[in-house]
Amino acid sequence: MMPKSSLLADVNRTRLAEAYPDVFRPSLAKRMQTVATVAAFVGLFLFGMAWLGFSFEKLATGISRLGVIIGLMFPPSPGALLHLYLKGLAETLAIAFLGTLLAAILSFPLAFIAAKNVVGQRIVHFLSRRFLDTIRGVDTLIWALIFINVVGLGPFAGILAVAMSDIGSFGKLFSEAIETADTKPVDGVTSTGGSALHQIRFGIIPQVLPVILSQVLYYFESNTRSATVIGIVGAGGIGLYLSNEINQQNWDHVSFIILMILATVAAIDFVSSRLRFAIIGRSTRDAV
Amino acid sequence: MDTHLYRLSDQQAAALLGQYAEAVAAKRRRALLFVVALGVCTALAAWAGEVDLRKFAEGLPRFWSYLYDILPKLRLAHFSTDLAEWFWNWDGWLWLLAETLLVAYVGTFLGATVGFILSFLASANLVKNAIARALVRRSLEFCRTVPGIVFALLFVYTLGLGPIPGVLAVAIHTSGALGKQFAEVVENIDMKPVDGVRATGATWVAQVRFAVVPQVLSNFVSYTLLRFEINVREASIMGFVGAGGIGKELLSSIRQFYYSDVSAILLMIIVTVFVIDLLTERLRHRLLGIEGHR
Repeated sequence: MMPKSSLLADVNRTRLAEAYPDVFRPSLAKRMQTVATVAAFVGLFLFGMAWLGFSFEKLATGISRLGVIIGLMFPPSPGALLHLYLKGLAETLAIAFLGTLLAAILSFPLAFIAAKNVVGQRIVHFLSRRFLDTIRGVDTLIWALIFINVVGLGPFAGILAVAMSDIGSFGKLFSEAIETADTKPVDGVTSTGGSALHQIRFGIIPQVLPVILSQVLYYFESNTRSATVIGIVGAGGIGLYLSNEINQQNWDHVSFIILMILATVAAIDFVSSRLRFAIIGRSTRDAV
Repeated sequence: MDTHLYRLSDQQAAALLGQYAEAVAAKRRRALLFVVALGVCTALAAWAGEVDLRKFAEGLPRFWSYLYDILPKLRLAHFSTDLAEWFWNWDGWLWLLAETLLVAYVGTFLGATVGFILSFLASANLVKNAIARALVRRSLEFCRTVPGIVFALLFVYTLGLGPIPGVLAVAIHTSGALGKQFAEVVENIDMKPVDGVRATGATWVAQVRFAVVPQVLSNFVSYTLLRFEINVREASIMGFVGAGGIGKELLSSIRQFYYSDVSAILLMIIVTVFVIDLLTERLRHRLLGIEGHR
């Protein structure tokens, strides 16, 4: 005789199998669909590897060379160039800070133009959004190359490049924040006879300012990262020294610079995430 | 309807007004402090960043003229020949763009696979061993903090020029970034299915396969698509250091002042990024839609 519990389980099983036939006995077509999707992705991957000239031989020699290099990286040491590296790091921070600040100031009015609920004109909304998309589609390093042609080599070009590419992102993020703002305060200001500027200043800005501030801080964090490499193309910061030392194969210097970058990024992350939590509260951190 | 307006006694009103003035003054003080701090930081940064407004003022007209120069000279009279001249190397650039997309795809695939495996090991609800977890987390952190292009520089040095260093650089950065995001998803799952599968005596791998993966898969795919978008941008600049893709062509056309080439290549990159953005957004919404209906 079957134990009672298993009998019960059997009954439950039949009932469940009837209720969810797909789960218990997926049709052949559905199975083939899953298999085909996975096969397509893996196939494209293998094709890509072959097309790009991947070979295990090359990878093996590469990894052994990398092993040698990593061996040479220890112990990390700045040699006699510590003051140069520190200057480069200061430049990097300056690029990130001023670039973010400049972008925030410039895109603040732009965001109101791009927001649907402030400027009712559809065409203005559409054009400004596409304009911001275009700016955003160009990477910071590309902007850096362009600005080097304008203001010459050095960190100033880096500042302008970071600012330029962030205008695109900020314009979009800020205008989204403005569009999702509650309209009731605006109605309230309107009812007291406030002008359009009053509506923006007292109805919208108090709502969006915390969101905007936390986004600016978040971008400051990520710009610190991108400002560390902007020097590779000659736009100031620690990246210049990093690529120089790699080219000259001073591996202990390279590892020291990488450690400096890691420490700086970690410190900036720590300070800025503290500030962000203070501004918007811990619970909403995922929304940013 | 009757309305009653009560007038506060002067004493009460004065007290309240005093509180109001104090609150406003406190806010003003805080705002002033913020502005002063910001000003000091700006001055310091401007000094360290060698900001030179005169140089900028001199350079600004050059910026506009540069933008003007890189714009193609299209005339309506012979539009098609002008267009053909602008995109004289369109097939070569398309191949390079295809290479860029492949670098992004293969790098995303590799990175997502590694991130997928590591994310379960980095999740506090699945791995109780704090040391192992911390080890995985720190290595993920390292992978995503070191900028991709630095890895590309190192790999170009060890593996030689070509797209493979770009792929590896993208893959490492992706595994770090996705590994962290995946782990956050895994840590927020419902643990009841895991308990259920464990109760049947399943191994750790079986628990992950049958209880965790079904819960997280749609989120994982969505994050991976988002990362692919980012990686397409990243792959477009890998060529700056010789790691494949269209970046090398762009770099040389900017450095050698082939003006119309710059705009042609930039336009192609922007359109590609835009199309990829659109496609992945569609896919993600569809995925999340499926999730919502369940």
